[in-house]
Amino acid sequence: MSDAHVSLRDVTKVFPAANGGEGLHALGPVDLDLGKGEFFAVVGPSGCGKSTLLEVIAGLTPASAGTVEFEGWRVDADIPDGIGVVFQEDACFPWLSVEQNIAFGLRKTALAADAKQRRVRDVIDLMGLGDFAKSYPAQLSGGMRQRVCIARTLVTQPRLILLDEPFGALDQQTRLLMGDEVLRLWRQTGATVFLITHALDEATMLADRIAVMSARPGRLIDVVQTNWPRERDSRIVERAEFGAITARLWKTLREESLKTMALKGAGQAAEPA
Amino acid sequence: MSRITLYRVGVIAAAVLLLELLCYVRVIDRITMQPPHQIVRDLFVILASGKQNAAILKTLSNASIALSLAIVVGILAAVALHGYRTVRETLDPLFATYYAVPIFAFYPLLIVLFGLGDAPQIGIGFMLGVVAVIVNTLNGLDRVPRVLRKTARIQRLGTIETALKVALPCAAPYVLTGVKFAVAYSLIGIIGAEFIMSRGGMGYEISFAYNNFDNATMYPLILLILIVSISINATLSWWEKVLLARRGL
Amino acid sequence: MSTESWKSARNAVVLIACLLAGWQALYWFAGEIAMRPPLATLRYTANLVTTDAFWPHLSETMRAFAIALAIAVAVGLLTGFWLGFHSLSRQVFEPMLVAIYSIPKITLYPVLLLAFGLGMPAKIAFGAIHGIIPVALFTINAVRNIKPILIKTGRVHRLGPLDMVRSILFPAALPEIFTGFRVGFSLTLIGTLLGEMFAAQRGLGYLLMTAIGLHNVDLIMAVTLLLIVFAAVVSTLLLAIDRRLHRRSV
Ligand SMILES: Nc1ncnc2c1ncn2[C@@H]1O[C@H](COP(=O)(O)OP(=O)(O)OP(=O)(O)O)[C@@H](O)[C@H]1O
Ligand SMILES: [Mg+2]
Repeated sequence: MSDAHVSLRDVTKVFPAANGGEGLHALGPVDLDLGKGEFFAVVGPSGCGKSTLLEVIAGLTPASAGTVEFEGWRVDADIPDGIGVVFQEDACFPWLSVEQNIAFGLRKTALAADAKQRRVRDVIDLMGLGDFAKSYPAQLSGGMRQRVCIARTLVTQPRLILLDEPFGALDQQTRLLMGDEVLRLWRQTGATVFLITHALDEATMLADRIAVMSARPGRLIDVVQTNWPRERDSRIVERAEFGAITARLWKTLREESLKTMALKGAGQAAEPA
Repeated sequence: MSRITLYRVGVIAAAVLLLELLCYVRVIDRITMQPPHQIVRDLFVILASGKQNAAILKTLSNASIALSLAIVVGILAAVALHGYRTVRETLDPLFATYYAVPIFAFYPLLIVLFGLGDAPQIGIGFMLGVVAVIVNTLNGLDRVPRVLRKTARIQRLGTIETALKVALPCAAPYVLTGVKFAVAYSLIGIIGAEFIMSRGGMGYEISFAYNNFDNATMYPLILLILIVSISINATLSWWEKVLLARRGL
Repeated sequence: MSTESWKSARNAVVLIACLLAGWQALYWFAGEIAMRPPLATLRYTANLVTTDAFWPHLSETMRAFAIALAIAVAVGLLTGFWLGFHSLSRQVFEPMLVAIYSIPKITLYPVLLLAFGLGMPAKIAFGAIHGIIPVALFTINAVRNIKPILIKTGRVHRLGPLDMVRSILFPAALPEIFTGFRVGFSLTLIGTLLGEMFAAQRGLGYLLMTAIGLHNVDLIMAVTLLLIVFAAVVSTLLLAIDRRLHRRSV
């Protein structure tokens, strides 16, 4: 047992083939330790197994080999308490209003009704959804829907937040501002954050450490330390090191992405629907 | 009122007027059909006299028992079946055949099993309705996005809670479609069974009136059944529309 | 044989075995006054189909059903294409079709009897009114759901109207139209049979109704078995074609 907040040892994932043939080796082996309160980002070519890695950490998918520990407890296809996930796809419940969507996270929390309501209210304000509390997700833009999902995760006050390309649907300006928002939340809550993104500048701007994944089967082929101060925001892009780190990430990632492209050319579909 | 609604009312009014006219000039004779205004008037007379109240009550309450059973059992069965792909693939041909077969053939069997009361009729109504609920609920459950099921797991919902709080609400419009069919089918079951063999109910009264050339009873009762089924259907359609509009569909 | 067809064959065998077992068990439970066991029913049915009295009923039913289905498909397709392409008419008429679809049509049999008299026309009409609306509704949907990008592609390739229908519109709408045909088949069959039960003096439906009236359990079971086998064979076939058509489309 290590004293890391999250720790992965030799984690591998092979999806069994439907007709009993050779399975699809999606991930690993991966070794990884996340410190408590660390902001960790992962970049990698499309289809390399980033979402798979996240799902294994969350306990949504059992690892084929290796172990995952969260706060010293084995995670084995059983979702531990204290984890929040924001998925790549839109996961709002379309039949519930924004408010009800967010309150959904507090269903089981032993809080008085008005305390719950206050917490929901706080998160709504925090995410700038105040004017839309009574709206249904269909009435919101893609970015606002993603904010609802983030709010639904935050309201449970998770100690580990897993974000799978949460800003994928947003334009560049909004992304940067949302990045600031996430940094603020991270500082405020002291949670450990694990962020998947395909935007290198986003990873560089937000994270303490950034891992680059190889083409499928995804392994961590480079981990870059940013050494940013904890107090930081999107203006960090002006720093000289920013360019250097982004350039180093891209150098590694370019080769891997080229491999995926070549694979795709050979008729290997990697894009999720 | 929108233009479309106006057209719609116009079409219906024209159809009714045409019927009136055809009856008036005796292209349709009085033995075949009463003019529409006469049918409506007879319906008021029948409802006011209370002569048919027992029959109406019997049919509608039996139909609602059959319908409720079909909805509850159908949804439960669909939720239970949903995960078992092989079982479902095995049952598919049965579901595809089901509504081509006269389920009324099982009426005598149900009479032997349940006696001569209302139970066999409710049984037929239930048998006709339940499969529509199962098939449509399964269809809806199939369309629950995977990410919502993952969300349910992340929120640590149990199997039953996932079904109640995520899967079924998500599938609600499809379940509602199944319920709409079940309304029609439970009425078909009850009324058909009453036609075949029973000692009361609207189906019995309609066929009794038919045999006695009593159009003043037969047509109003038929009209009443049409009104009941169309208004239930319209209400459910409206609800469905609200649900879908909420989702931007 | 491919794994796919082997699997569906196995499923069919399992389903039939389960149904037969359930039938036998129900017989043990319900007893001789209520029903017959599978074997006795098969024997009686084999006998029944060799009698001369049986064939006129069968051919009468099949003739009525074929005509009703032809009418349902023709009228349904025409209505469906018309409403599918003409938006104003669709907005006016589609809700009416849906409302009529939801009527328990069995209540209308006395009206059809009065209008058409006892016999062939009444049951054809009964079959057809059951089948037309599903065919029409599915066709409307099929036409409406053709992706505009496909039509644009056709225009870019400078297809004439006929080519457009033949190589774009029809193939794109076919899977959904076929589903409509499949549903229409089932409902026209049940409609025809119900018409025969209540408004005819010949045909399998009439035979069934008489058997119910006389509580002739052997005959009820035999006719029901024949109807189920016929419906099951055709529906399963149609379902397989339907699946294949849908798998091809994205
Ligand atoms: N449930 C599954 N069953 C079988 N294969 C899967 C499953 N989920 C993912 N895969 C495969 O595993 C590989 C990695 O998928 P994953 O979704 O983790 O990629 P990703 O890095 O998140 O891609 P993207 O950047 O496009 O989101 C892909 O080849 C994918 O097809
Ligand atoms: Mg992904």
